[in-house]
Amino acid sequence: MYDSPSLETKVTDKAIKIAAQNVQVFYGDTHAIKDVNVQIQDKTVTAFIGPSGCGKSTFLRCLNRMNDTIDICRVEGDILLDGEDIYDKRVDPVQLRAKVGMVFQKPNPFPKSIYDNIAYGPRIHGLAKSKADLDEIVEKSLRRGAIWDEVKDRLHAPGTGLSGGQQQRLCIARAVATEPEVLLMDEPCSALDPIATGQVEELIDELRDSYSVVIVTHSMQQAARVSQKTAFFHLGNLVEYGETSQIFTNPVDSRTESYITGRIG
Amino acid sequence: MPATWIFLIVLALAAIGYVLGRSRALASAGGDSRHLHSLPSYYGANAALLALVPSLLVLVIWLFAQPLVIQNRVEHLVPETSYETEGELSLLMSDVRRIADGLDLAVERGALTEDEASDIRVEFTDIRERLGAVGVALGSDVQAPMLAAAKAWREMNASGNLIRTVVVLLVALAGFGLGLTRARKDFRARNSVEKVIKGLLIVAASLAILTTLGIVLSLLFNTIEFFRLYPALDFFFGTTWAPSFGGGSELGILPLLWGTLYISIIALAVAVPIGLFAAVYLSEYASPAVRSFAKPLIEVLAGIPTIVYGLFALLTVGPLLFQAFGPGTLGWMGGGRAVMTAGLVMGIMLIPFVSSLSDDIINAVPQAMRDGSLGLGATKSETVKQVVLPAALPGIVGAILLAASRAIGETMIVVLGAGAAARLSMNPFEAMTTVTAKIVSQLTGDADFASPEALVAFALGMTLFVITLGLNVFALWIVRKYREQYE
Repeated sequence: MYDSPSLETKVTDKAIKIAAQNVQVFYGDTHAIKDVNVQIQDKTVTAFIGPSGCGKSTFLRCLNRMNDTIDICRVEGDILLDGEDIYDKRVDPVQLRAKVGMVFQKPNPFPKSIYDNIAYGPRIHGLAKSKADLDEIVEKSLRRGAIWDEVKDRLHAPGTGLSGGQQQRLCIARAVATEPEVLLMDEPCSALDPIATGQVEELIDELRDSYSVVIVTHSMQQAARVSQKTAFFHLGNLVEYGETSQIFTNPVDSRTESYITGRIG
Repeated sequence: MPATWIFLIVLALAAIGYVLGRSRALASAGGDSRHLHSLPSYYGANAALLALVPSLLVLVIWLFAQPLVIQNRVEHLVPETSYETEGELSLLMSDVRRIADGLDLAVERGALTEDEASDIRVEFTDIRERLGAVGVALGSDVQAPMLAAAKAWREMNASGNLIRTVVVLLVALAGFGLGLTRARKDFRARNSVEKVIKGLLIVAASLAILTTLGIVLSLLFNTIEFFRLYPALDFFFGTTWAPSFGGGSELGILPLLWGTLYISIIALAVAVPIGLFAAVYLSEYASPAVRSFAKPLIEVLAGIPTIVYGLFALLTVGPLLFQAFGPGTLGWMGGGRAVMTAGLVMGIMLIPFVSSLSDDIINAVPQAMRDGSLGLGATKSETVKQVVLPAALPGIVGAILLAASRAIGETMIVVLGAGAAARLSMNPFEAMTTVTAKIVSQLTGDADFASPEALVAFALGMTLFVITLGLNVFALWIVRKYREQYE
């Protein structure tokens, strides 16, 4: 249905992490995602943009099968992670979610200490052999989350006592602690002030070294700042997908141009 | 005029006030309701409320106050030589009332004329027989001073009733008139109705609080009276409960408290795990269809009267346990009535309490918490165990404490299921009894209310009240303290 010229020409050096083919999503009778094809690269930040209700969050949640928790949601088509179909019957969604971590719109630290928030994933998946091992994982994750210096003296204070921006970085650190391969972020900055947003964006840029990051955002400036690839969704369709610079300066589809210049959405 | 008639007349007046107030207000605006400050019905409601509320308040207060006032004024007519204690005086006064009511009844039935009733004399008439003929039985022959007191009672009551009728109707008419004169287009009827409604709501709330206060006070005075007759130390630390109405009772609360505690602990040991697991299933695992059908079904349990649970304990659970643990097999149990029987059945009764409250609390845990945990690759039960339940814990503790105070206050299941023997024992298959069951047995029957054996019921009730109040306050405190943790 849709083929992007940029896809073939520019994508060269990086491996394909996630490939979606003819993905359809239904909420009851509503056809929320229509025939989406997209290839997400490893060690790249990919931004999903589009007006509210266009299906970008829904599609994001398909990538780690979070939609399974919604009873009326049905997914068709293939989504391949490293060439394996994640909707295959043999795939355990729980294992999948450990590989494809997720950060949510609103910071949602557990009502536990900062330490226990980070240690939650490693404990569940048995990633640490000893207490010292776990301590090390926690410190490493908090450093990756760019929040270590702020919380190192109060690791056993409740995570809910942090500020909004700190909470969100804590949640990112928590997701990183399970050593995922892909990190999905659903509007991670929408509940944050500009300073905290800046910190999180900086963090996302650093995370690109190790992970494939997919971020849903309402802010086009943010997409332009942090991402290398951008996908524009409209009314459940993937309208255009390509290099961020190309999408924002020279979009192919007229709908993309209208959205970026503020005429629709 | 009887109070019922006064009430009906006032109601009718209010209804007329509504219609007239409404139409007067409309007329003052030239028939166009847009020129009125408020909707026409507010002017009607204002007039109706003004006619109704003050007059009914006067009526209610009068109904309560009149007998007290008359009693005070008639009391001195009873010769002081005929009684020794306050108790005997109140018995005599109730005789006086019976005679007065009997005379009223006799007049009503036509057995006496009004003149005869007011001139009746002990010397000429056998009053006991005359009143017996109209169905009022008196305990003894009527003495002259008693008759005089009864006559005074009748007179005061009659004049009191007359004044009551006049005053109440005047107040109603005054309100009616005021409501009508106010029904003009510039009057802010809406605001004034609002004020009256606010007042009514305040009255309702304060009535509930005052009733609680009244209950506590009535318990308190009788408890103090009890401790005057029986040493408090022996009551709180005595290990024997052996009331005997002949005197020389031992009234130690410990065996009863132990029984209460033991049965409650067994009940909670049954109700908390089952209720909590049911709540977790319903809120986390069940599909909407199952949930919509299973939740009300569990809540039906809460609607079963406790006496039915008692029968279940007595007829089903008791014999079953007796078969399993009785002399035929293990020999632990001497009869069907035991702490275990009552505890098990009480636990079943408490399941819906725990499950329904916990279910609400678990549902209140934000979905973001679950998403966060599931998104990290946790399974559902890991999420429940490590995130949802800890977040809901304060509320669940509150639910358990509320269930505990229910268990402590339960009576019928204990009476039928646990027996009546007050005993300090560790064996859960032995019959024991609780504070509440003993309150019932101390107050039923022909007890002299001045004896410590009867008054102890109030001390027991007060102790129980303090314990459950403490539990409830503690539960509320916990819920409040931790409630906003994840918001």
